Amino acid sequence: MIGFLTLLEKEFLRFWKVAFQTVAAPVLTALLYLLIFGHVLDDHVQVHGVGYTSFLIPGLVMMQVLQNAFANSSSSLIQAKITGSIVFVLLPPIPYSAFFAAYVLAAVLRGLMVGLGVLLATVWFVDLKVVSPVWILVFSLLGGGLFGALGMIAGIWSEKFDQLASFQNFLIMPLTMLSGVFYSIYTLPAFWQGVSHYNPVFYMIDGFRYGFFGVSDVAPEQSLMVVVACFAVVSWGTLNLLKRGWKLRA
Amino acid sequence: MLAAVSIVDVVKHFGSLQALAGVSLDIGQGEFFGLLGPNGAGKTTLISSLAGLVRPDSGTIRVMGHDVIRDFREARRLLGVVPQELVFDPFFNVRETLRIQSGYFGIRKNDDWIDEILANLDLTSKADVNMRRLSGGMKRRVLVAQALVHKPPVIVLDEPTAGVDVELRQGLWQFIRRLNGEGHTIILTTHYLEEAEALCNRIALMKQGRVVALDTTANLMAAHPGASLEEVFVRTLQS
Repeated sequence: MIGFLTLLEKEFLRFWKVAFQTVAAPVLTALLYLLIFGHVLDDHVQVHGVGYTSFLIPGLVMMQVLQNAFANSSSSLIQAKITGSIVFVLLPPIPYSAFFAAYVLAAVLRGLMVGLGVLLATVWFVDLKVVSPVWILVFSLLGGGLFGALGMIAGIWSEKFDQLASFQNFLIMPLTMLSGVFYSIYTLPAFWQGVSHYNPVFYMIDGFRYGFFGVSDVAPEQSLMVVVACFAVVSWGTLNLLKRGWKLRA
Repeated sequence: MLAAVSIVDVVKHFGSLQALAGVSLDIGQGEFFGLLGPNGAGKTTLISSLAGLVRPDSGTIRVMGHDVIRDFREARRLLGVVPQELVFDPFFNVRETLRIQSGYFGIRKNDDWIDEILANLDLTSKADVNMRRLSGGMKRRVLVAQALVHKPPVIVLDEPTAGVDVELRQGLWQFIRRLNGEGHTIILTTHYLEEAEALCNRIALMKQGRVVALDTTANLMAAHPGASLEEVFVRTLQS
């Protein structure tokens, strides 16, 4: 247990010591999205009966939770692999399940801190209501966990920073940007609506947004089932890679 | 008496390269054991297999009776490894690094022992300095300190004095000798053969993944009267 807690603390300190870059910078990015899109579209667009800026804020919060959870575990692992400092966590008697839990929890923590930061920075622009905080908490925890685990796979798989960048640019970014952060999928043509239903991030954003407005593109229970299933599959896959020592132990 | 390390018929391939070709040897508790050989002989692969960083294709390795694969948690708890590469985590200072490493081994509140290690390795004045700001020799000392934080009975030093100045080298060996005197088993790989000659009771010479000589330092030297260990090393490898 002490091994797990120490690894969790170390992973937390790793991003907290450079919080300006790992927490403040993503908050600023989200704020810029809000200022630009909100300013241009707020007077013209309403989604699910709410103003565009109000609609946008939960999406931006969740997008940053997911992207930063992914960035935390993936960057920590690739950096440790490339510098060789990964040996410090491979030599001690830390079980692979504790290894997984520490990296994923630290990723969730960073995701939640950035998400909270985005919420605090943007909430002044609109009168944002919260219908169901439980759904907000459930989807942010599960989404952060899922992307933290995905980040572990990417960090373990990548041997160079550019391989990790391709994972981020060609998988994570499209999945998050095309998930309904900036729009309701019902504004899309039928074909793209259908495609959106195969994107698990859509369910995370939609379920998270339900917690604020009480309305969503699909029922939050359905979203929850999809997200839980994805989290279970990705976690199982990551645990298996760690158990085999894939790309970590020769 | 139970061997500190028992290696039985260990084979490891990396693709078509045979890194270990059936290595077997026992290292007794309290020994100061030298593992020598030219580059590519398989020393680091053997040490990495012992530490669980490399998984052998076949054979078994035990640390104080604990299999390094099946009973890896106990085996790793008994082992302290100083890696060959100069690696460090740039986010932390020296004390934080050692506290974290203690925690990985399940030990909290280890500051008394950490202070003692820092003093013995002449690192006390650097305790609050970030790892990035240390010289190569200082980083090497921290690596040694990290391997010792959990007081392992078996200590593996893979080229611990590479790039280290003479003064520190002497201080380091004094400290390691003291640990050996207290009963810790020391396994050393080094390219400084005079160090091995002076420190090790027993030596294994490796070549192309095999142990080609294994005896006490005294017997190895006696077999080649008047020769230095370096000459013994060269003659054995040539034969």
